This record gives sequence, C-alpha cells and structure tokens, in this order.
Amino acid sequence: MGHSHAPKKKGFLMDYLTTVDHKKIGILYFVAGGIFFLMGGLEALLMRIQLIVPNNTFLNGATFNEMMTMHGTTMIFLAAMPIIFALMNAIVPLQIGARDVAFPFVNSLGFWLFFFGGVLVNCGWFLGGSPDAGWTSYPPLSTSFSGFGIDFYALGLQIAGLGTLIGGINFLATIINMRAPGMTFMRMPMFTWASFVTSALILFAFPAITVGLVLLSFDRLFSANFFNVANGGNEVIYQHLFWIFGHPEVYILILPVFGIISEVISTFSKKRLFGYSSMVFATVLIGFLGFMVWAHHMFTVGMGPVANALFGIATMLIAIPTGIKIFNWLFTMWGGQIRFTTANLWAVGFIPTFVIGGMTGVMLAAPAADYQYHDTYFVVAHFHYVIVGGMVFGLFAGLYYWWPKMFGRMLNEALGKWNFWFFFIGFHLTFFPQHFLGLMGMQRRIFTFLPNQGLDFGNMISTIGAFGMTIGTIIFLINIAVTNSKPKKAPADPWDGRTLEWAIPSPPPEYNFKQTPQVRGYDALWVEKMAGNKGMTPAEPLGHIHMPSGSILPFIMSVGLFIAAFGLMYEKVSVAIIGALITLLCMLLRSLIDDPGYHVDPTEDKGVEA
Amino acid sequence: MSNRRWQHVWRLLPLLVVLTLLLTGCGDPYLSALTPSGPVADQQLSLMKISIGVMVFVFVVVMIIFTYVLVRYRKRPGQEGIPKQVEGSHTLEIIWTTIPIILLIVIAIPTVSTTFALAKDHWDDPDAIKVKVTGHQFWWEFEYPDLGVTTAQDLHIPVGKKIALQVSSKDVIHSFWVPALAGKIDANPGNANTMWLQADKAGVFKGKCAELCGYSHALMDFKVIAEDQASFDKWIAGMKAAETAKPTASTQLGQQVYEANCLACHAIGGQGGKVGPNLTDFGDRQTIAGYLDHNADELKRWISNPDEVKTGAKVKMPAFGDKLKPEEMDALVDYLMGLKINQ
Repeated sequence: MGHSHAPKKKGFLMDYLTTVDHKKIGILYFVAGGIFFLMGGLEALLMRIQLIVPNNTFLNGATFNEMMTMHGTTMIFLAAMPIIFALMNAIVPLQIGARDVAFPFVNSLGFWLFFFGGVLVNCGWFLGGSPDAGWTSYPPLSTSFSGFGIDFYALGLQIAGLGTLIGGINFLATIINMRAPGMTFMRMPMFTWASFVTSALILFAFPAITVGLVLLSFDRLFSANFFNVANGGNEVIYQHLFWIFGHPEVYILILPVFGIISEVISTFSKKRLFGYSSMVFATVLIGFLGFMVWAHHMFTVGMGPVANALFGIATMLIAIPTGIKIFNWLFTMWGGQIRFTTANLWAVGFIPTFVIGGMTGVMLAAPAADYQYHDTYFVVAHFHYVIVGGMVFGLFAGLYYWWPKMFGRMLNEALGKWNFWFFFIGFHLTFFPQHFLGLMGMQRRIFTFLPNQGLDFGNMISTIGAFGMTIGTIIFLINIAVTNSKPKKAPADPWDGRTLEWAIPSPPPEYNFKQTPQVRGYDALWVEKMAGNKGMTPAEPLGHIHMPSGSILPFIMSVGLFIAAFGLMYEKVSVAIIGALITLLCMLLRSLIDDPGYHVDPTEDKGVEA
Repeated sequence: MSNRRWQHVWRLLPLLVVLTLLLTGCGDPYLSALTPSGPVADQQLSLMKISIGVMVFVFVVVMIIFTYVLVRYRKRPGQEGIPKQVEGSHTLEIIWTTIPIILLIVIAIPTVSTTFALAKDHWDDPDAIKVKVTGHQFWWEFEYPDLGVTTAQDLHIPVGKKIALQVSSKDVIHSFWVPALAGKIDANPGNANTMWLQADKAGVFKGKCAELCGYSHALMDFKVIAEDQASFDKWIAGMKAAETAKPTASTQLGQQVYEANCLACHAIGGQGGKVGPNLTDFGDRQTIAGYLDHNADELKRWISNPDEVKTGAKVKMPAFGDKLKPEEMDALVDYLMGLKINQ
C-alpha cells in the first residue's frame, strides 16, 4: 500500500537529483543543454576569430581541430538533442493529457546518462587533449593517428547515446499508451506527432552508432582491426555505420522543430493547422525516407555511379514532403490574424531560412555536383542553414512559446525581439557567404587559409556575423535573468492556445491534470473554447492520484558508467569493473526493492509552489 | 509588427544581394569551381546551374506567398473575432506535391546522366595520361606509370588531354581536389578510386586536400600545372634523365649533405627512398611543403624544423637545424634550389 500524502519535502538539490517528474527532468535537460550550447557557441566563436584573416595565429592546427570537433559534437549531441528532449519532456505528456511519461524512473536515467556522457566528452579539455578528428571521427585518423582525446569522444557518446535511446523508447511507449480518452492518433497535436516519429527514428538509428563506436573503441583500446586495412579491415565501413545513424539523426533534430512550428504558427494565426493529415503523412514519410539516404554523405568515397545515383535520387525525394509542410504553414497563416510575438517571429524567420537550407540540400543531392561541394564550406553553409536557421530558430520559438508553461513566467517580449533580430541578421551574415567560400575553393575543417585566393572577404564577413549571433545569445541570457527575477505569475493560457497544455496552470501542479480530460477533437482545448466551455470536460471523477517516487539510483548508475569509462581509457581494469559493478548494483536494488510510489489528494493542493 | 520594423527587413535585402554579387565576383580563377577550366568542372557547374535555377524558382514562389501572407493577414490594432478555420484543401495538396515532383525530375535527369558520364573509367584509354595519386600526411605523391616518372606536389599535365587518375592513400583518408578542373575523390588507404580530369587552358591550378587528415590538413595544398604538349614532353624527358644541377663549389657540398642526410627518404631521379616527396625538380616547384613561398629563407626554415612548420604527421621529417652546420645548411639550400629540370 502506498502513502496517502506526498513524501516529506526535499531540499532543492536533492529534489532535482532524485526527481522522476517529467517537468523537472525537462528543466534539467534544458539547463544542461543550455550550458553545453554556450560552450559549443564559444568554441565556434574562437574558430571564427581564427578564420577572420588568412594565416592567422590565434589558434594553431591542433587546437583548432579540437575546437572544430568539440563544437560539432557538443552542439549536436549535448545541446540540440537535450533541448529537444527538454521540450518533449515538458510538453508531450501535457499535450496528450497524461500525468507523466510511461517510465518515469527510466526517464531520469536517460537524463543522467546524457549528462555524464556529456561531461566525459568534455573531460579532455583538462585531461590531456580533447577529441580532434571531427564530430564524425573517421578512422584511420581517429584510430591509429590520433591521441587520447578520441576515447573521451567514443566512450562519452556511447554513454550519452544510451540515454537518448532510453528516452526515445520512453516517448514511444508514452504516446502509444497514455493518451487521454478521445485522443486518437489523428487528434494528437503536431508536436506530439513529431515527437512520436522522432522517437521511432531514435530507436532505429542509435543502435547503428552504438555499433560504430564499439568497433572504434575496440580498434583503439584492444588493438582490433575492424578499420585497419593492413590487417584486413576496411575504414569505409565506419562511414556507413556512422551515417546510417547520422542521417536519421539530423531528422531527429528537425522533426520536433517542425512540430513546434506547426503549433506556434497555428496559435498565433488564430487558425487550425492547414492540411493536418498531410502534415502527419509528410512527417512519417520524412522519417522513413531519412533511413534511405545515408550514403549521400559518402558520394566521394568511391562507391560508383549506381550507388551514387540511387542515393542522390532518394535524397531529392525528401524535398517533396518537406515542401508540403512549408506550403501548409503558409496556408495556415493565410486568412488568419497573425500576431508577431517573439515566438512567432522565430517561427516566421524559420520559414525562408529553412527553405534556403533545403534548396542547398537538393543541390547537394546531385552526386556529380557534390564532387565539388563535398567537404567544403558549401556543406557547412547548408547544414548550418538547416540546423541553426531551422532547428535553433524553431527551438527559440518553442522556448518563448512554452516558457510560461515550464517556468510560470513570461519571457520579456522587448528583449525577445532584440534577441531575434541580432541572432537572425548575425546568422545570415555568418553563413550566407560560406556558400560562396566553398564554391571558390575553401575546404572544411581547415585551421587557416592562404591569402590572395579570393577567400579573405567572405571569411571576414562571416566572422562579423558570428559576433552578431553572440550578442543575440547574450541578450537571450539577459532575458532569462530578467524574467527569473519577476514573480511566477504567468496565466494558464497566455497565448489563447488550442492544445491541452494550456488547460492547466503555469507551471502545472505535480500531477498535471486534476482529472484526466475528455478529448473531443483535434486542437482539444480549442474545441471546448468554441463550444463556450471554460476548460476541459473531465473523463474521470476526482480522486487520489498515484505518483511515482523519486530515486537517486539513476544518478548513481550514470556515475558508475562514467567511472567504468575512465577505467577502460586508462587501462585500469579494476576501475572499469568497479564502475560497472556500481551500475549493476543499482539495477539490482531497483529490481529487488518494491517502490509503490505515493498518492496525492488533488483537492488539498493549495496551488503552485514557489 | 510595425511598419518601421518592416523597413529594416527591406533594407537588409539589398545588402544581401550586394554581398552575393561581390562574393561571386571575387574568386580566384585558378581555384574557384565557378570558373571552370576543364570539361569535368564545366559539366559540374552546368548541373549546379540547373539545380540552383529550379531551386531559386521555388524560393521565389515561396517568398511571394510568404510576404503576401505576412503583410495582408497581420493582426491590425483593434481587430477582433476569430478567422475562418480551414481544415485544408485537397486540390492544393495535389498541386504542391505534383509540381515539386516534376521539378525534381527536371533536376534528376541531368543529374543521373552526368553522374554516369563522369564515372567512366578512362584508365585504359590509349591517349589518356595515367597518374597514380597517393596522399600522405601532409603531401601528395604523383606517379606516371607509363612514363616512368615519379614526382610530388606539382602535377604536370598537358593541356587538352584526358588525365586518368587512380587515387589512394598511404596513411589516413585524404581527398584530391582541384576545383577549377574537377570535383574531388577520396584517397582511401587500401583501395584506389578512379577519376579523370582535363585542363582546357594552360595555367597553375590550385589543389587542396579535402578530407580532415590531421593537424596540418589545411596546409596540404598542391598544384596542377597545365602546359602545352611540348613543354610537358620536355618536363617528362627532364625528369627521366634526372639531371642534377651542375656542381659548383657550393652545390658540391650541398649534394654531399643531401646524400648523407636526405636521400634515404627523398629520391632524386631513380635514387633514394620513398618516405618523403621526390625532389627531382624541386628547384622548379611552385611552393615549399605545398604552401610556403619558394625561396631560400623559407626552405631553411622548413628544413630546420619541419614538424614546427607543419605539425602533426605521424611519420615526421626530422629537424635538421641543429644537425647541420650553418655552411652545410646554406649549401644544401643552394643545392635544392638549383634542382631544375629545364636548363
């Protein structure tokens, strides 16, 4: 039998170290991801300073390669994915009318694995060298021709990747099993649909990089020969494994953001999403096609014209469902009443920027042309247009939109607009010239370039733009600080929203919904508003709510794997075994000790805690 | 959004356009893929133009709708009420699915045909010049198997002839790229990739390594020297004869120093090792170490401490600054600068 009241209150630190509450885990993901985002941004700024003039001596080749590798690795694995998970955690259960995710304990484990994996990747800065073979870490450079740092990369990402895989499985189970009564699949909000397809991509893509990193680690730690040509290995296999993960990975990054854009544009045009079923279909199709195109990252590897042509055509096909989405967003706004809140500025700024990124993507898809573009700044421009101009813009839109729901406060709109314009203009100044730099002969991943080759002007403009993005980011940080100093007074529904998360207080109580709501249509809250109701109709009577207890075990399990990784790297078998045993012991405790959770009486709830 | 804000947007647009034009204009004609000097790069640029043409058309359509919507349907002050909620339009969905499919077919046909055309293996063509390209950390080796010549860093080719390449690597993955003549192909350890290129005008074309290969990946430049057939033949003949510079008092010492310290790794003509670049025509080369200016001071700086100038190679060239007496170093530099083919 469980308790009938909440367990005694924990201090702030213990609360967050042991929480299994999806809302708090969302905040943990956001804070950790945000810190890594700032680190990755600093790494980028240092790179751009080195490249502001030819033959610069600000960073040497070795250090630049570390910055370049860590910038990519940090941004993709430790900043973008966690912030996406932050929003998925904070919002998806609310959007489907659930009280938490399917597996709250495992949700916490996913976060702490990511966190310690991320810390491990960054240990190289003060332990003798960071990874420096690119975020792709191709052998044989990363096996027999690099130092210590690559181990931080391989083992750190392995641990963090476990966390992501766990998260993906959790969200699949949650969305399939825990939707409120009346919420059929075709009544789910687009952000939830996007999270669902993304989770399926995670499930199938992450095992590929797990295998790739295992083989890489075996070559490095145990002198295996998977990628050693002299002893019968083949380094190209790594590229296949990496990109079978790597391409779906970029759709993992962008699909949730497509969901955010659908929500934001719909809300701030005061119109339902145009072509919802097409949007759902397009999302699923993009996810599926995303697994069919990986070798377009390998057109110059020498696979031959048949393979190249097939992968090229498959890649171009993805433009069709993506175009469908763009047009549906435009026609959502058509006939609407568009409010230019900061969230909507970001969503509107996303559209032309992402379309440009998509354009260069179709250009890159042509193998014969890619022989010129590949591994040049043209590719760098392309992926920054889609990742920054697409994904990051969309994340900013989502943050401004859902900030009140997560934190009980509204981000300052005036500061938001300064944030947007500095970042937006800085972004285009940084990356637009890079299309031309690539075509004019500037390869990727070079720590310096020679004078009198036509590359000077473009690089200087690009660096100036980077400072603009920096200022924009700083303004965002100021906005957070200013906002945080105000009291928690955000209304439940500040934007006149359409979906279920706006039916409950900002931030929601521990159990989200006093009573699970009855869903009567797509845009569940809007349906009720149009019928003249103040809120949702409950689908169950008022009663005690069963909540899961917090646990310190996920934190300790992650520390165990962190320790084990050090043991492997420094060839101290005893340390590796101790670390693994810590993790296994925690798993044993979790399996053997029955934790029935506790019950909350929602009528006793006096409101939002400070 | 207020009208004042919109003015900022409109002012941004011309800036972007001007930047675009400025940047397109400034490209080194011997480096830029936008100024091709050979049939391969030509075909590649044509394909680029087709794809960007179609894509710009799509962008313009999107931007017209985008701009119209934002201006026409922005919320005006005092505007109340709820706009008509539209589920969608079957017709529009079909239109914006089929038209992009047609546009993709327009791009796909030349894409597939160019991809196959450029993949043709010309290695066994009777009038193609065969070159085996090997990437090393951080230099390029070029061997002409039919002509019995090995060189490094500067790849001589005759204008107007097909050059059939087999590209491989001795250590990590590199990538062979001469943008003004052709796209790139990866240099993988353990297997050889084939490509071909051709220069239709004479000149010194700049080549780059285009796959991260270590600390000095940025410094692994090479040159493709396209010259008329007569000059090329003369160069080949000179390389085969491997004539060294006539010994003067200084170069005699230089030659001795070379044979004692350098020959084990750096072949001249048929003599010497293959660990480092072949230096037969070093005196004629465009650069030192692929990117330094070709003069005595830079050469001395290089030989004194190569790993400091170009760090990170797994197989390092030793530092000779402390190993050689000053007069030995000067003699060696003189000797090397005198290694010219065409006297």
